[in-house]
Amino acid sequence: MGYTLNFAVVWRNFDQLLEGLALSLGLAFVSILIGAAIGLLVAFALIAKSGWIKRPAATYVTVIRNLPILVLVLFAYFALPQMGVRLGKLESFVAVLSIYSGAYLAEVFRAGLISIPKGLTEAGLAIGLTPMQIRTSIIVPLMLRNVLPSLSSTVISLFKDTSLAAAIAVPELTFEARKINVESFRVIETWIVASGLYVATCSVLAALMRFAERRLSVPR
Amino acid sequence: MSKVLLEIQGLRKQYGIVEVLKGVDCTMREGEVISIIGSSGSGKTTMLRCINMLEDFQGGHIRLEGEEIGYEHSGSSRRRKSEKEIARQRALTGMAFQQFNLFPHMTAAQNVMLGLVKVKKMSHDEARVLAEKWLDRVGLSARADTYPGQLSGGQQQRVAIARAIAMAPRLMLFDEVTSALDPELVGEVLQVIKALAADGMSMLLVTHEMRFAYEVSSRVIFMNQGVICEEGDPKEMFAKPRTERLAEFLKTSSFN
Repeated sequence: MGYTLNFAVVWRNFDQLLEGLALSLGLAFVSILIGAAIGLLVAFALIAKSGWIKRPAATYVTVIRNLPILVLVLFAYFALPQMGVRLGKLESFVAVLSIYSGAYLAEVFRAGLISIPKGLTEAGLAIGLTPMQIRTSIIVPLMLRNVLPSLSSTVISLFKDTSLAAAIAVPELTFEARKINVESFRVIETWIVASGLYVATCSVLAALMRFAERRLSVPR
Repeated sequence: MSKVLLEIQGLRKQYGIVEVLKGVDCTMREGEVISIIGSSGSGKTTMLRCINMLEDFQGGHIRLEGEEIGYEHSGSSRRRKSEKEIARQRALTGMAFQQFNLFPHMTAAQNVMLGLVKVKKMSHDEARVLAEKWLDRVGLSARADTYPGQLSGGQQQRVAIARAIAMAPRLMLFDEVTSALDPELVGEVLQVIKALAADGMSMLLVTHEMRFAYEVSSRVIFMNQGVICEEGDPKEMFAKPRTERLAEFLKTSSFN
């Protein structure tokens, strides 16, 4: 092959990759947090009796889940300004990933909500709790325990989706790796290290979620 | 005679076109223990669930200590009261369910404390003291920090009763509380209910335990097809049923 591996350039620029990774994590953290808030509201809307509440929520989930996230990223950054909505690169990407994760988390949360026995709500009502108190003290805590196993893969997917921010020059991990690649021509080395960082980070995320799952599990 | 606690007048309830309650009238005095018996589909559980508004109803009145439950009436129109007001009224009654319905992510004590803290606005410490007192009363003081999943059915039902009683309700509603239990666990739950009756708690029980209804009730109500068919002193009723339907029902239900 005649190609000798040489990681020296990559290690020299390793700080840049770590800064990129930190930004990736930050983008994912903020977006998933906002997305979780959206997802929770939408999940309750999806199980509402009234069609006026249910239909808009279902439409939101369907539309977002049927769009590639890259299309959303490009639309928000290039098309929205033409329509008078001007956002910075970071804000635009966080907005997109929040709305995107909101749709996925809404589906995950909905599945967790419908598996909670109706009797628990009735027991809450019977002691005089208001519907909102029942949601905050009983329904949501139980729902989160129900969904933790499937939440893990969703969170990891969403973290990996931050790499699409490279398309609009957000200096996250993929963008930084491409920069090093272009400047150094060390293609293989650069992408091996960047991949290693993604795999390591996702493994840590998965371990954290498993830890949370064990800590919160209901004893039986 | 003690004062009137609960007054039900012309209670009507329908699911779609099916009429489940066709005008139920009933008056209950303070300290009474009333068992409601009848075959399934007779409307006894539905009637119980209307009293704490777990079911909406389409006609009639329910009054608890003179207070109109669930609906505002003005002239011929009626309107459901606000969720907040209904929640306040629900706290006046306590309910135990067939399926226990304990909150699985909370310990026995936390189950009892939740309503005390959130509804009665007690401090955590006050609520804990009261929870321990009531868990002790149902014989489970050693299980205060145990989760429902680690308790037997009978123990879970006793926690559920403690959770309801701790709220100091004016009236306790029991909805077939022993039906989901293994036979050997029924006794411990009935024992707890008997003790509450002896304390003078006003209770309305939907039950299939005829022997128990016979022993603890001051009055028995026999429901059939959405109306009260016969009511009276359990000893007289069980010995000399006045209606053919009750005679038939008693014949087919096991009396042991």
